[in-house]
Amino acid sequence: MDPALKIVIVDENPIRAAILADGLREAGYVHVTRIEETASLLVRIYSLDPDVILIDLENPSRDVLAQMFQVSRAVKRPIAMFVDQSDAAAIEAAVDAGVSAYIVDGLKKERIKNILDLCISRFNAFARLTGELERAQTALSERKLIDRAKGILMKMKNIGEADAYAMLRKTAMNENRKIAEVAQSLVTAAELLK
Amino acid sequence: MNEANLRVGFIPLIDAAALLVAVDKGFAATEGLTVDLVREVSWSNVRDKLNIGVFDAAHLLAPLAVASSLGVGHVKVALAAPFMLGLNGNAITVSPALYDALSAAADGKLEDPKISAQALARVVTARRRAGEEALTFGMTFPFSTHNYQIRLWMAAGGVDPDQDVRLVVLPPPYMVDSLSRRQVDGFCVGAPWNSIAVEFGVGRILHFGCDIVARAPEKVLAVRAAWADNRDDVLERFLRALGGAAAFVNDPAHVEEVAQLLAAPGRVGVSADIIQRTLKGTLHTAPNGMSRGNSDYILIARDGAARPDPVHAAWLYAQMVRWNQAPLSSELLATAEACFRPDLYDAALGESEKSQSAPPDGIGAFVGPPFEAHDIAGHLAGVKVPVPTR
Repeated sequence: MDPALKIVIVDENPIRAAILADGLREAGYVHVTRIEETASLLVRIYSLDPDVILIDLENPSRDVLAQMFQVSRAVKRPIAMFVDQSDAAAIEAAVDAGVSAYIVDGLKKERIKNILDLCISRFNAFARLTGELERAQTALSERKLIDRAKGILMKMKNIGEADAYAMLRKTAMNENRKIAEVAQSLVTAAELLK
Repeated sequence: MNEANLRVGFIPLIDAAALLVAVDKGFAATEGLTVDLVREVSWSNVRDKLNIGVFDAAHLLAPLAVASSLGVGHVKVALAAPFMLGLNGNAITVSPALYDALSAAADGKLEDPKISAQALARVVTARRRAGEEALTFGMTFPFSTHNYQIRLWMAAGGVDPDQDVRLVVLPPPYMVDSLSRRQVDGFCVGAPWNSIAVEFGVGRILHFGCDIVARAPEKVLAVRAAWADNRDDVLERFLRALGGAAAFVNDPAHVEEVAQLLAAPGRVGVSADIIQRTLKGTLHTAPNGMSRGNSDYILIARDGAARPDPVHAAWLYAQMVRWNQAPLSSELLATAEACFRPDLYDAALGESEKSQSAPPDGIGAFVGPPFEAHDIAGHLAGVKVPVPTR
């Protein structure tokens, strides 16, 4: 652990960047900066002079960083990829999580291994969270849809809620579809017949 | 025939056409291949995912395949390029303001890149004398033909691309926006981005890439060299699928269908109209609807363009040497040449047609002596930069 290391996070997703920055600060790193504006990315990076740069793989600006490897560029300190041939597992884990890391040349890899590990685990956690959130939202919108369909049936057939739900479920089973899909068809049809 | 699955990365550009058509029109399926196409946002991602085996093959910048094999700029992974997906296709686009300044400074017709390069030198000098900021130009990657073409053009006028202007990497999707916000004064990028800048009224196409270099090795289908030599007939079948798709793309009867297919959101995702004009080599060059045609604007596997030519790999390496990206050595030259694999192409597709229009040195740069692959030092010494009139 080396709290003095300057870390820059390049991520257009504010929530994921915040989760990562929090994680790094909790681990004791005090110099953590996020760059969101990619228009003058290199200028910002040169002025911050970081030891470590973390960038998400959905970011087209990753190619901009390739310029830092050019010997003809007047850079303060040369930057190298964290990963090399000996780190196949680390590269795969990082790519899998959707993140890439660059470090100042000469910095011992051991010194930043836990930064990369933390980064990978936070990126994975964020992906899981996003997936759960999407599923929750889908479930919520499906429930709303089924409620509307039940309401339509109750009104048109003059039946109770339990019977309306039973009708939807039976139709779904007969047609081998999801209840939400049957509900969607019913709602659409009811809109058309209005 | 064994069924095989391939994961192939690509960047949404028109020179991915043969690859996209091979999959979407069933040429790969006919060869028993199920291809999972993965659209990527950066060349760094494509290279890394190919290097570590997430991708089996990729649509890649030809110089990046060579750089990876040499281990310059990044991790060394030997790549093989058995099929050229495209030659040419780039253009240099400038802001209307810079176009006017170049016109005013030009000693002759601006369409001539020698004239425009000299005009650029005068504009650069005038700006420096007036205490104005240096001009900024965008290109797509340090190891790209875009970088080498714009440098070749500037240097021909006596402009030092590392001293006299600012040359920066910009991801293609940001090019047009940066031009309209005046963050850059011009750029060199592939199709369709120059056309989009013209369409939005923020840029004028100054030169086609083929005005600078007649046959520039632009994109390859890249695979890991170890994979190429160990996958029985899978690569051979994949190359046959690409060959079939390339013929389909080049049949004038299919231009409209190909353009529609590439226009899909998950593919290149720009208007079919722009794609069709690009494939025909007729581009709008100015917002007023002015247009220009050159059948060599983009060469997708026609006129012998698909067969990898080691001379092209040597030329790319020579550019790396010229611009201080790589040292000069005969070992590196041999490694670069070995990256392009006509043997694999021939094994899959047989002897291909010879180019009808290729220049004698295979490259056709608009200035300087003909390229000489086995005397790069002598060749580069002969690339004299004229002293600008300051």
